[in-house]
Amino acid sequence: MITVNNRDQLEWSPNMTVQDVLNHMGHTYSLITVTVNDKLVEDEDYDSFVVPDHAFVSVFHLAHGG
Amino acid sequence: MSEMFSRNVPDSFNILKEVTVGIAGCGGIGSNVATSLTRSGVGSLIIADMDLVEITNLNRQHYFQDDIGKTKVDALSTHLHNINPDLKIITHFGKVTRRNYLDLFKNVDILIEAFDLAEEKKWLIEGWMKNNPTLPIIGGSGLSGTGKTELLKVQRSGQLTLCGDQESDMSEGLIAPRVIMVANMMAYETIFQILKDRKS
Repeated sequence: MITVNNRDQLEWSPNMTVQDVLNHMGHTYSLITVTVNDKLVEDEDYDSFVVPDHAFVSVFHLAHGG
Repeated sequence: MSEMFSRNVPDSFNILKEVTVGIAGCGGIGSNVATSLTRSGVGSLIIADMDLVEITNLNRQHYFQDDIGKTKVDALSTHLHNINPDLKIITHFGKVTRRNYLDLFKNVDILIEAFDLAEEKKWLIEGWMKNNPTLPIIGGSGLSGTGKTELLKVQRSGQLTLCGDQESDMSEGLIAPRVIMVANMMAYETIFQILKDRKS
């Protein structure tokens, strides 16, 4: 089981990538920052970074305005 | 202890006066974060922005009519020194870029991301996390429009803290209390993290 944004629980599966997690959660935002166990995962690694079981995944959506 | 901070939270002044905070952008977020950090007793700020003050800024940013036409960093520096003359400020008038941000903010204890555009927020936040993996960065995302106050949140992971609703976009317009609320959430998170780290 993995935890997304300290809220949602997702069944873990072997070789599950960050992109798989985003797909499962239905994230469609184009500008996000993702961490796994508090470490940054860069965009180009979403398809290859394997999320370990019991991981904490955080997805931050970046919106215009400041 | 300076009389100005005699009503601060006990023991906070001696910690905060030794801290340097970098602020990338001096608009709605940056100018208001800088103001609250100065009132809280943060000792040093490094502020960077490429813009001049325009009349359209005055609905939410910490500037005044007679600032119009001045650089934001100079106008803000003046206002911050009017609050605390002992504040140390380094100003950078110019664009914060992927090439210069590490040098501009090399001596800070914590960085505030206060850009307008989401694309710029992303490169700054992720660049900082890659290059300074032990130093906190606090960003703002979603402070526009007139959504419910309870939608505003603080999300943390490791060195990154993001404040705002993470939804509303500046195309919805910007109104002072919501922008300043998020700016002050960010300022408070800055204080919270500094005191938590230094006291522990």
